[in-house]
Amino acid sequence: MSGNGHNHDHPHPGTGRTATPHALRVRAMEKLLVEKGVLTEAEIQDRISYMDSRSPANGARLAAKAWTDEAFKERLLTDTKSAALELGVDASGPVEFIVVENTPEVHNLIVCTLCSCYPRAILGRPPDWYKSFEYRSRAVKEPRAVMREFDYEPPEGIEVRVHDSTADIRYMILPMRPEGTEGMSEEELAELVTRDSLVGVTEVGRVR
Amino acid sequence: MSFADGESIRVRDLDKGGHVRAPRYVRGKRGEIVHLLGEFKNPEDLAYGEYERPTKPLYRVLFRQSDLWEDYEGNSDDTLVVDIYEHWLEGA
Repeated sequence: MSGNGHNHDHPHPGTGRTATPHALRVRAMEKLLVEKGVLTEAEIQDRISYMDSRSPANGARLAAKAWTDEAFKERLLTDTKSAALELGVDASGPVEFIVVENTPEVHNLIVCTLCSCYPRAILGRPPDWYKSFEYRSRAVKEPRAVMREFDYEPPEGIEVRVHDSTADIRYMILPMRPEGTEGMSEEELAELVTRDSLVGVTEVGRVR
Repeated sequence: MSFADGESIRVRDLDKGGHVRAPRYVRGKRGEIVHLLGEFKNPEDLAYGEYERPTKPLYRVLFRQSDLWEDYEGNSDDTLVVDIYEHWLEGA
């Protein structure tokens, strides 16, 4: 029984959906919600399209712009939604955003110990490891060990600050601009910014 | 009851079940108000369909990692910030 009008024992190619027990359960719930008039198929598709249109590239563009434009950086740090909109990234919605800046003194890391709160309206869906019990439990208690596993060792003497997104705020990190990038364009800089550096498990690497 | 930036607080260990957002690992711990984030609907109400209940002030609260974990292995000035609703906080 599915939205495709026949019983299932096979995945549908191209739908990106597999027939795991969880997926089947979600689809059953989806069907019920539609049947009961809580949601429409169109609303579900709109939401999927919305999420699919978000990606870490948005965060990379915001970071690169902030590195090259001090006034933009101030706006990004103080009014993230409107700064994002300047670059065509629509992060409007009920949750608030805070961008925290890495500095030579403080390296920031984000986690949601309760579930999977993540700056989705900017970066899209979180990676699976971000939602794993292991990351959620270890990031708050041993953030340095977690970062080492991402091949990042914060410099000696730097403060590591973990942000646990427990409520209505979604956090994103503004990484530090690496040395040796002085002559680079905004587009070239954006290429350097990885998703993991926007979460804070690593820092944008030095350009060799 | 409201808290000023920089004020020292303790997270109350409310014996409250169900959908709560104050993580267990900060309950009973001392921290410091970073700033007020604003007024938000309380997830403890929203999770049970109570959409009309009053909003609660939400604060960013900073903790020293060494105050949270006895065996914390990082630097002594490592910190952690959690967003906590006001009814979970008391002066310390």
